[in-house]
Amino acid sequence: MRIPALAALLLAAAPAAAVIRVDINSGTASPLPVAVPAFPAAADAATAAGTTAALGSQVAGVVAADLASSGLFRPVDTAGAAVAPADVTAPRFAAWTGLGAQALITGNVTAGADGNITVGCYAYDAVSTEELARQGFVTTAANWRRAAHKCADLVYSRLTGETGYFDSRIVYVSETGPKTRRIKRLAVMDQDGANHRFLTNGQNLVLTPRFAPNQQTLTYMSFADNRPRIWLYTIGSGRQEAVGDTTNMSSAPRFSPDGSTLVYSISQNGTTDIYKLDVASRTVTRLTRGPGISTAPSYSPDGSKIVFESDRGGGQQVYVMNADGSDQRRISFGEGRAGTPVWSPRGDLIAFTRLTPGKFRIAVMRPDGSGERVLTNAYQDEGPTWSPNGRVIMFFRTAAGRSGRVDLHSVDLSGANERTIKTPLDASDPAWSPLLP
Amino acid sequence: MQHRAATVAMIAVLVGLGACAKKKALPPAPPPAGAPIQPNSGGVPIQGDSTGTVGTRSIPGSVADFKETSGGDTVLFAYDSYEVDDTAKAILGKQAEWLARYPAVKVTVEGHTDERGTREYNLALGDRRASAAKNFLAAQGVSVARIATISYGKERPVADGSDESAYAQNRRAVTVIVSGAR
Repeated sequence: MRIPALAALLLAAAPAAAVIRVDINSGTASPLPVAVPAFPAAADAATAAGTTAALGSQVAGVVAADLASSGLFRPVDTAGAAVAPADVTAPRFAAWTGLGAQALITGNVTAGADGNITVGCYAYDAVSTEELARQGFVTTAANWRRAAHKCADLVYSRLTGETGYFDSRIVYVSETGPKTRRIKRLAVMDQDGANHRFLTNGQNLVLTPRFAPNQQTLTYMSFADNRPRIWLYTIGSGRQEAVGDTTNMSSAPRFSPDGSTLVYSISQNGTTDIYKLDVASRTVTRLTRGPGISTAPSYSPDGSKIVFESDRGGGQQVYVMNADGSDQRRISFGEGRAGTPVWSPRGDLIAFTRLTPGKFRIAVMRPDGSGERVLTNAYQDEGPTWSPNGRVIMFFRTAAGRSGRVDLHSVDLSGANERTIKTPLDASDPAWSPLLP
Repeated sequence: MQHRAATVAMIAVLVGLGACAKKKALPPAPPPAGAPIQPNSGGVPIQGDSTGTVGTRSIPGSVADFKETSGGDTVLFAYDSYEVDDTAKAILGKQAEWLARYPAVKVTVEGHTDERGTREYNLALGDRRASAAKNFLAAQGVSVARIATISYGKERPVADGSDESAYAQNRRAVTVIVSGAR
């Protein structure tokens, strides 16, 4: 699904120097107050997803929720502050600064003859009255939430200087049932929990789903037919296909950044090593040769290196090797063990699970192992995944005890803004998609 | 998914007809089909000696027999270990003896871990444990062609707590009979 920018609305001449700027490294110390009033409808028209006036209110709600979820913005209460259609391009800024807002996000929703809608998105510095950004997003009416996420990404990008991450999805494992007989299903949802959908029926144990860069293909592990191995799932068609080894357990799959290769591990007679599979030719290449367990591989964003975990030196630790398997070297040296490394899409950091007696915590370090920072603290926080812009880490948290309660959380790279991600049932093994096109 | 579910149906018992049962004359033949049923028509009261016991034992070659004879289908491991200790060797040794008596039986050894490890690592650790148990059985003469392995990592605990007792029960390899049992 493409949401092309509307050329007519794309003004290249954004102000050279914005007065306001959000410092993404300061955490939640002082989130920027923003006003995101309901987008007015110049001519209220019916669409397949409700009237444009109703959509204008809903779009503003999604934009405000996205910005608030980052911890960097604080939407002010705009109830009762009516916006006339003419206000979108000529706002009365005093009304918004009077509510304490330093930035104003407004816009409009118009219905096209072809059934599409256009969401116009405008961002202003309410204090200096400068226009910061404007862009139009065209999509089907049913897809209005994505246009809202694109608007929020535009604002985030303009005010932080970083790419946004709101127009993205999460695939994860939905869990239910007692701890000893857990039923697990693949599920996919928007980054904010909307458009939730189950992909498998729970008949087979499924684990560790990951997106391909095309966002349409998943790789995951399934115990179908009591043969634990790697599968591919195509989201549109629902097609499922087993790949890789036919006799030994294969696990921990992940795509290369260009989608051409799967990297995963195969267990054979107690030894687990990392292999890669060329998706087109199905050629398998072995990358590690013991001793012990090597698993949980993840490519660097340029595809040149692979970070993985191995217990070859005793306990679990994080290693980096070239993508052809050469030059394997340990990078984690902190207290305790380290596992499930995942390379940031920015390339500058590796997120991993830090294991100390009685605790798993989410941590980050540089690719050379330096600068380790622990971001969370609970009984078991495990399995980090990066937002497409490398600013937010999602993970799953398992509670101690008989309930086995497990749910998804996110935390800012600064360690601030830890949030629970709402899911219909228990949830584990999240994986964030790239930014949608 | 669960091999063991089927075993419940296979547990059969031999009723021990012990010394307490007295020999009786055969009851009269049943009336021909269609004949009216006469209450107590044969004049033989239902009787027996209610003071004795009726013992049970597993059918030799059955899954229940395998577990009884071997001292269990499960061996336990230390934290993050796949070393087969003396207790486990004794159980696996008896499993191997039993499997030698019933050469048609095939098994799958399931490897499991406690919850104190990350998901992917525990899948690999479960494979280590299943393989260690398999290799011990093979060293006792059981053909490897009869032994499959599968790892469930931390996905299928038997004890649902988060304490040492639960962890200890969950770090296990279970020998599951998949075919050939009586």
